[in-house]
Amino acid sequence: MPNFEHPEYPEATLLHLESMVPCRESQVSSLLSIFGERQHFSFPSIFIYGHTSSGKTYVMQTLLETLELPHVFVNCVECFTSRLLLEEILTELQSLSSENKHGSHMPCDTFNDFVRLFKQEIIIQDLQNQTVYIVLDKAEQLREMEANVLPGFLRLQEMTDRNVTVVFLSEIVWELFRPNTGCLEPFTLYFPDYSIGNLQKILSHYHPPEYSADFYAAYINILLGVFYTVCRDLKELRHLAALNFTKYCEPVVRGEANERDTRRLWKNIESHLKKAMQTVYLREISSSQWERIQQDDGEPGHLKGLSAHAHVELPYYSKFLLIAAYLASYNPARTDKRFFLKHHGKIKKTNFLKKHEKTSNHLLGPKPFPLDRLLAILYSIVDNKVAPTANIFSQITSLVTLQLLTLVGHDDQLDGPKYKCTVSLDFIRAIARTVNFDIIKYLYDFL
Amino acid sequence: GAETQDSKPCHPYLKPKPERLTDYFSQGKNDSEDSGLRFASCQLLWKQINSETEKIQEELNKQLFDNLIRFLRQSHSEFQTKTTEWMCRMKSSEIPTAALVLGVNVTDHDVTFKSLSEVLQDNVTPYVVSLQAKECPGIKHLLQKLMGQLMDCYVDADSSEEEECVNISQKKIRCSMASLSKWYENVTKKTGSETPSKKRTSSSRHWQSPPVVVIFKDMEIISSQHIHEFPLVLIFGIATSPMIIHRLLPHSVSSLLCIELFQSLSCKEHLATVIDKLLLTTQFPFKLSEKVLQVLINIFLYHDFSVQNFIKGFQLSIVEHFYSQPLSVLCCQLLEAKKRVTSLSHNQCENIRSLPSFRRYVESQVSEKQIALLTEDSFLKEVTQTLLEDLHIYHENYFTVLRCLHVFTTSLPKYPLGKQIRELHCACLGKSVWETEEYESAIQLLRMLAKDELVAILQKCAEIFISPSGKQFSNTVEKLEEFLARFQNLEAEANEVQDVSVSSQKELQKKTDLYHLQKTLLALKESKRSKKLTKFEMLRFEVVDFIDSLVRSYLAPAEMQTLNEVVYFNTANTLREHLNAAPRIALHTALNNPYCYLKNQTLKSDVGCISNTAPDICIVYKLHLECGRLINLVDWLEAFSTVVTAVEGTDPEAVATDQVDEIIHARFIRAVSELELLGFIKPSKQKTDHVARLTWGGC
Repeated sequence: MPNFEHPEYPEATLLHLESMVPCRESQVSSLLSIFGERQHFSFPSIFIYGHTSSGKTYVMQTLLETLELPHVFVNCVECFTSRLLLEEILTELQSLSSENKHGSHMPCDTFNDFVRLFKQEIIIQDLQNQTVYIVLDKAEQLREMEANVLPGFLRLQEMTDRNVTVVFLSEIVWELFRPNTGCLEPFTLYFPDYSIGNLQKILSHYHPPEYSADFYAAYINILLGVFYTVCRDLKELRHLAALNFTKYCEPVVRGEANERDTRRLWKNIESHLKKAMQTVYLREISSSQWERIQQDDGEPGHLKGLSAHAHVELPYYSKFLLIAAYLASYNPARTDKRFFLKHHGKIKKTNFLKKHEKTSNHLLGPKPFPLDRLLAILYSIVDNKVAPTANIFSQITSLVTLQLLTLVGHDDQLDGPKYKCTVSLDFIRAIARTVNFDIIKYLYDFL
Repeated sequence: GAETQDSKPCHPYLKPKPERLTDYFSQGKNDSEDSGLRFASCQLLWKQINSETEKIQEELNKQLFDNLIRFLRQSHSEFQTKTTEWMCRMKSSEIPTAALVLGVNVTDHDVTFKSLSEVLQDNVTPYVVSLQAKECPGIKHLLQKLMGQLMDCYVDADSSEEEECVNISQKKIRCSMASLSKWYENVTKKTGSETPSKKRTSSSRHWQSPPVVVIFKDMEIISSQHIHEFPLVLIFGIATSPMIIHRLLPHSVSSLLCIELFQSLSCKEHLATVIDKLLLTTQFPFKLSEKVLQVLINIFLYHDFSVQNFIKGFQLSIVEHFYSQPLSVLCCQLLEAKKRVTSLSHNQCENIRSLPSFRRYVESQVSEKQIALLTEDSFLKEVTQTLLEDLHIYHENYFTVLRCLHVFTTSLPKYPLGKQIRELHCACLGKSVWETEEYESAIQLLRMLAKDELVAILQKCAEIFISPSGKQFSNTVEKLEEFLARFQNLEAEANEVQDVSVSSQKELQKKTDLYHLQKTLLALKESKRSKKLTKFEMLRFEVVDFIDSLVRSYLAPAEMQTLNEVVYFNTANTLREHLNAAPRIALHTALNNPYCYLKNQTLKSDVGCISNTAPDICIVYKLHLECGRLINLVDWLEAFSTVVTAVEGTDPEAVATDQVDEIIHARFIRAVSELELLGFIKPSKQKTDHVARLTWGGC
């Protein structure tokens, strides 16, 4: 007895559909009832939201394809301007029934054109008697487009006077979308995250043909035990499962254990998975490198991850410029006298500063400083005399391009530019060590 | 302000335009002796050096490129041979990405990328797109550029289908991934059947100078959907550290990338190779003096880490040398130089006579010869030929012995003579190296080397002397081999003798720092007077003395060589002015002391006072130097008019009572706005009719 009941579709189709969408039965059945029969008018717009990989795109696609409903599926990220988006929809619409897969190009500049062309196309395709679905995947991007696009899609049914439903798929809630004017509230539907049980069920569903479902399910169980705390992304988990499965099978292939010997298999794979969590999952090591390691049966130790190459070589003065910038960013300007003048006298920390300056500057983050201050500090921390040559100034700009400094304010502000230093304390300490500069002694926070 | 205007790199590098440069050479302030010939030899030399540097570059990049190409070939092998179906379906499709860590010397990247795309085009795929962050401020531009370059490639790759392409580009190209994918299908359908062996990898390269990378975010999300139809490989150029990828791209994006890291050679090693191949060789007649080399190396180490700029600086010194030194006509291969000596004019002979090094030489001769040298041109030419030959031989010996000494000094703790051969070279070029303290301590340390080390070093030295560059050293090689043999013999009979020396020697080896070593050495010296030396110690002393004698006879500073001015470029100041320009100082000098640039006698004045004949802007500038951070315009104007009216000789009191002359007022306003334009002052919002100074101090 199928979960889904609908007078329009044969039972076999519904059963097939059910098998295709595990753990999403309730959402699918409510969608089915909203869609109604083919010729029925449906909601003008439906808004579906839920976290990354909660099956929104997959469910919509399966539903529309299994029931053979006329639909257009567009990814809004691909179409980064409204014009591209509208043209894409029209092109897809053209290719709905005709054999010509790539329909002729239709120029469409405004939403007005779109409505007109859309109506034409519906008549050409002979779709007046059916609901046409337009699915806009990654609908967040619509907010970046012209203000009329989103309200336009919301009211497409009204404006075209045709049987059309627009479905928005998004990772953020409707409240963040709602336009100021011309808004027609869509029907919203929430796709909750998969629970651990759901994940287990879905992942085990697609087991490799050469192994039994139980064997694979046991493997998935171990995998989820390791990764569930850090990652609930179905796609990512599936990817990791595929990557490490050969390693799991190794004892079985070699004949050292049979498929039911879970304990032994667990022992074999557990440390391996943990290593994978530290490397592949963080993309420290690429998956192809990981596979190669598995094949060679070598330790991943010799392969250094991306973050192992954190060392940056800089020219001598660039190092000092960066140190000066760091000092300027994290020391209050009024303390410069104390650090860089010879006879500064003793200043007590408590009386000297205003209340808000007493909190650690490192917790507050870098503060902007003017160029003059940077140079003044530079001149006092470099031992020998530095001439203000063009090279020094161009080094500041290169540090900005390297994103070690950032320019605060507009690029075109010529007089009195301000900068911020964006490197971490560890980084600057490593740099300072190479030039024998004790930076901690010059930082107000560590006084 | 002045600061930011300056902050753009301004290297006045020469881009020689042949016709104009010949004129320039001939009309130079120096007598136009042989200007044509000088120009020709300059061009020839540069051409040789340029091709040599390109060769070096190619060799250095070879390994990196080979690895990259292997990666690119592998990356889409699945695309062609479908591996296990299940694995393919389950794995999320990642875009193969090569992260190329290139170091912070961004100026050099252009060259590397250019040669990389050439290599890729030759070896992997015709479809290579090179994108630079600064060219692509938005995703639209990025795709436009990408499509444009791809389609152009296509035309180049297969000209028979050109018509097809024109059609595509005439249609307004719709820049989207979908159309890109469609295009690819089209192309591969056609070319795929014709040239099935062609690798279908398209690699687009993003120069990831970080700030603009935000754009790429979306791009990658899209790409993954098309990866099955469209094999794409990304190559990121990274200047700082690969961590930047994680910082710039959210996990959702970086999880779609299959990143592999490639590290290029560090720029310091690159420089070492360049110096080794260009400077420490007799292949090129042109040489740099110590100071000039120091300027170039300092710019490299202190400022930009750019090998490209180093070579440009080298080029500049070549041009400058051939331009300013009339005798540089002799700076060519030895045979050619000898030929040219015979055809020197009288003026050129006089030039030779006035060279300081030649005068020293003359003074050391007997008086008859002195007269002959100074009066007879033909005799002078004969002597010059032999002197040139001596100079050539000096260089051949110099580099060989230098390398040999370098082998010794690199094995010492704390490197008293420097770790790199360039440091040693600088030390030897400038002055007699054996007179320096560092050399003294190096020799003392050498006298304490352990036997194994010493033997290894001696073997290396022998190799250097045997190599083709050291032909004249057959005696030395013999001597070295004799030493080696004696060390071998020692080993046999060592057992009995060692007892005494072992203890002291062990003590020495334990202590690595200089101070203690010297101290123990002194103590040892004391004891050695009384004690008999072991055979090993005696032999070691002999070896070190031998090396010392080699250094003394062959590593004499270049300045002492007669006729060194012909091949050595030594005006470091000119080079510094050109390469390490100080615009602020120049501006200050111009405004503070206009005579320096205008060369008008009336402008010559004492430093302290304000000249009345100086241009208005100079007067205004000097007056503003005396003010604080905020300048009152009225006071400034008054001071200005006082100075100016003093010039015109009118009675200052009469003017003071009057209103300020309108013309003077206008001149003042113009001068002040010029100063504002130069970035010295800006209008202030704190006080009305005040302006704020943007510079501090006297300069």
